[in-house]
Amino acid sequence: MSAIQIIPLNWYVTLSAILFGMGVLGVLFRRNAIIILMCIELMLNAVNLLLVAFSAQHSDPNAQVFVFFIMAVAAAEVAVGLAILMMIYRNSKTTDIDFLNRLKW
Amino acid sequence: MHITITQICFGVLSFIAILGGILMIFSKNPVYSVLYLIITFFAIAGHYILLNAQFLAVVHIIVYAGAIMVLFLFVIMMLNLNKETEPHKPAWIQIAAVIAGGIMMVTLVGALKGADQIALHKPNDVNIGLTSRLGTVLFNDFLVPFELSSVLFLAAMVGAVMLAKKNIH
Repeated sequence: MSAIQIIPLNWYVTLSAILFGMGVLGVLFRRNAIIILMCIELMLNAVNLLLVAFSAQHSDPNAQVFVFFIMAVAAAEVAVGLAILMMIYRNSKTTDIDFLNRLKW
Repeated sequence: MHITITQICFGVLSFIAILGGILMIFSKNPVYSVLYLIITFFAIAGHYILLNAQFLAVVHIIVYAGAIMVLFLFVIMMLNLNKETEPHKPAWIQIAAVIAGGIMMVTLVGALKGADQIALHKPNDVNIGLTSRLGTVLFNDFLVPFELSSVLFLAAMVGAVMLAKKNIH
């Protein structure tokens, strides 16, 4: 018995939309670049949740493999992004994105 | 309306996920933000289990809570970011951000409201999330993307080490 037979798909769509909107809100709201990277992770997870919900609805395992690849790309993205942020911090002693709006040190 | 135990589980997990996200955005200390996001990720893993995606739930906990968030935590602690060093946007930009984000959320929810009417109702197969099924699909239909993602990981690893290294001659 899968939850998708009991819970309407609409609820998952609404939950994913709310989580995605919260990610967007965080990107607009915060100035710390590390927190903004975390909000992007939240948006990726909202999309993952929606993919898994539709995969359960259609009994299709391809969507779950897609989610697997999204996780792999997210891990690579975080590793490179945090390395770039470390380098920025070493040069400018801040992770404030409003300080970095000139695209130079 | 008759409420089943599964729906209660869905409600509780959704509440935890949304609460964790809100606290993540609005907490002043970056370390607390990371910890609240970990709570959100665990709630999403619970949703995966509810949807019979057991393999993805385990991978999600290992990759996100075990690797990515620990990386975030290490970087925040290494840079010694805390409540005092945290930059804040001006109040009017914060209000504008909340309004813009809220409007986008409402628009998305409203636009996607009729999504389940287009959904097909196929016979339900509860075994699609098991490791053996996913492994078969992964190594038959998605073999080339799988190998390419391993190359991507190698490139990302070399790039991260290159970027974070202090003196490169």
